[in-house]
Amino acid sequence: MLKLPVYLDNNATTPMDPRVLETMIPFFTEHFGNAASRNHPFGWEAEEAVDYAREQVAKLIGADPKEIIFTSGATEGDNLAIKGVYEMYAAKGNHIITANTEHKAVLDTCKHIEKTGGEVTYLSVKEDGLIDLAELEAAIRPTTILIALMYANNEIGVVQPVKEIAAIAKKHGVLFFSDATQAVGKIPVDVLKDGIDIMAFTAHKMYGPKGIGALYVRRKNPRVKVTAQMDGGGHERGMRSGTLNVPGIVGFGKACELCRLEMEADTARISVLRDKLETALLKLDEAYVNGNREHRLPHVSNISFKYVEGEGLLMGFNKNIALSSGSACTSASLEPSYVLKALGLGDDLAHSSLRFGLSRFTTEEQIDYTIEQITNTVLKLREMSPLWEMFKEGIDMNNIEWAHH
Amino acid sequence: MAYSEKVIDHYSNPKNVGTLDKGSKNVGTGLVGAPECGDVMRLQIEVDDATGIIKDAKFKTFGCGSAIASSSLATEWLKGKSITDAANIDNMDIVEELNLPPVKIHCSVLAEDAIKAAINDYRKKNGLEELVFEEKGVH
Repeated sequence: MLKLPVYLDNNATTPMDPRVLETMIPFFTEHFGNAASRNHPFGWEAEEAVDYAREQVAKLIGADPKEIIFTSGATEGDNLAIKGVYEMYAAKGNHIITANTEHKAVLDTCKHIEKTGGEVTYLSVKEDGLIDLAELEAAIRPTTILIALMYANNEIGVVQPVKEIAAIAKKHGVLFFSDATQAVGKIPVDVLKDGIDIMAFTAHKMYGPKGIGALYVRRKNPRVKVTAQMDGGGHERGMRSGTLNVPGIVGFGKACELCRLEMEADTARISVLRDKLETALLKLDEAYVNGNREHRLPHVSNISFKYVEGEGLLMGFNKNIALSSGSACTSASLEPSYVLKALGLGDDLAHSSLRFGLSRFTTEEQIDYTIEQITNTVLKLREMSPLWEMFKEGIDMNNIEWAHH
Repeated sequence: MAYSEKVIDHYSNPKNVGTLDKGSKNVGTGLVGAPECGDVMRLQIEVDDATGIIKDAKFKTFGCGSAIASSSLATEWLKGKSITDAANIDNMDIVEELNLPPVKIHCSVLAEDAIKAAINDYRKKNGLEELVFEEKGVH
C-alpha cells in the first residue's frame, strides 16, 4: 500500500534503519557510561561498544580503526580536516586547492582560511560537473598543502575521478582530503585503493542517527596529523576532545555494517528505480538531467524542467512527495543553486530543477506515484507558463528585453 | 514555508489562465520579470472601448506559488474595473489579501508592474499617452 508522504530527499537526510535504532537504545539508560571512565564497568562496556563500532566504521571504508576519529558530523569533519591540516602543515605552505561545487562546509571553511592569510584556488568544473584533471595539476604550487575535493556531489550526484586526483596529489606530495558524505555507504569507497589521505563522512546520510560522523586520518604512507579544533580532554588521539557520543557511535557502527553487507543488493534495486523515474520524466519535452549520468551515484537524479519554476513545481505535490529544488525561491538567500550555476546552467534552468534522492526504503509504487504526480504538475504549469507559450511559438527568448527591476 | 490558504487556492485553481489576442486594439499586454530572476508574468486586459471598462483579463506566469497567486488574483480584480481604478491597484493590497510573507512581497510588486504595463500597452495602442507611475521608494 502506498504510504504518503513519499520521501525522496535522501541527499538531505535519511530515515534511520530500525535495526540501527535498536542497537542504540540500551546505551541511553542502561549502558550509559562515559567511554573514558577507566575505573568501572559502566565505562568499560561503553568503551567496548565504541571499539566495536569503530571497527565497523573502518571496515566500511577499508581503513584501520586507529584511523577513525569520531566527530559530530561531516561539517565538523570538513572543518577539522581543512583547518587541522592548514595549521599543522603551516611550515610547509599555505595554499589549498578546492572546487566551486563543494559543500558550503568546505567552501566556508576555505573562506575562513583566506581571512587568516591562507591562499585558496577554487577550480571550476566542466559542464558535466567533473573536475578537469589537467587544470587541477596546473594549479598545484610549491606551497600547496591540501587538495580538497568531494567524492560525490550532493546536488547532482556526480562522482569525481578520485583515483586520478589521488595520483596527482601523491605525485606532487600534496595531501588529498575528500568530503565523502554522499558516497560512503552508497558506493564502494576504499581509502587505500582510492588513495585518499583524509576523509569526512556522517551517519545521517546512511540510515544512521544525526549528530555523529567520522574523520578518517591516514596513519601510513604518509602519516597524517591534524591540529585539533576542539581542545579539552585529549579524546580521539588528541585530535578531537569531547565525551564520546556513545549511543550515536554505536548506531553509526551498525549503520556502516548494514551498508557494507547490503550495499550491493540495495544499489542494484535502487538504481533500477532511479532509472525508471528518470526515463519516465525525460519523456516530457524540454526536460534535462544535470551532471554526468555515467559517473554518478546510483540513487540520485537532478532534472530541470524548462519553462516551469522549481518552487511552483514543488507546490504541486510537496504535501505528498518530499523533494528539493535548485530554485532561488526555495533558498533563504533567493539565489539559485550555486552548483547548477557552476555547471554553466542558465538561471532559468537552475530555477527549474528538482533533485531526487532515493533510498533503501524507496518502493516501486512510490516511484510510479511520483512519476504521475510530477508529470501532471509539469504539464499543468506549462499550460500556465508564458515562457512555454513563447517557446511553442518559436520566439527566441534570448533576444527579448525583459522589463524588470 | 507554509503557504496561506488563498495562495494554495489560486495555485490549485488559478483564475483566468490564458491568452488574449495581443494584436487586437482592445487588448493591452504587460510582460514583466525575467527568467534569470525566476519570475515572469504576462498579464493581458481586454477593454471595452465605449465604457473604458476592463471586460476580460488573462494571465500566464513562470514563477513560484506566490507569483502565480498574485497574478491570478490580479486578473480577478481587474475584471469589471475601469482603467483608472485598475491603475490604482497597489501591491500591498495583494500582499494583504494573500497573506504574503516578507520574502514574497516582490511577487506582488511584479503583479502590480504587470497591471501597469498592460494598461500602458493599451493606451499606447489607442493613441493615448502612457501613464507615468511614480517609482515606489521601497520594494
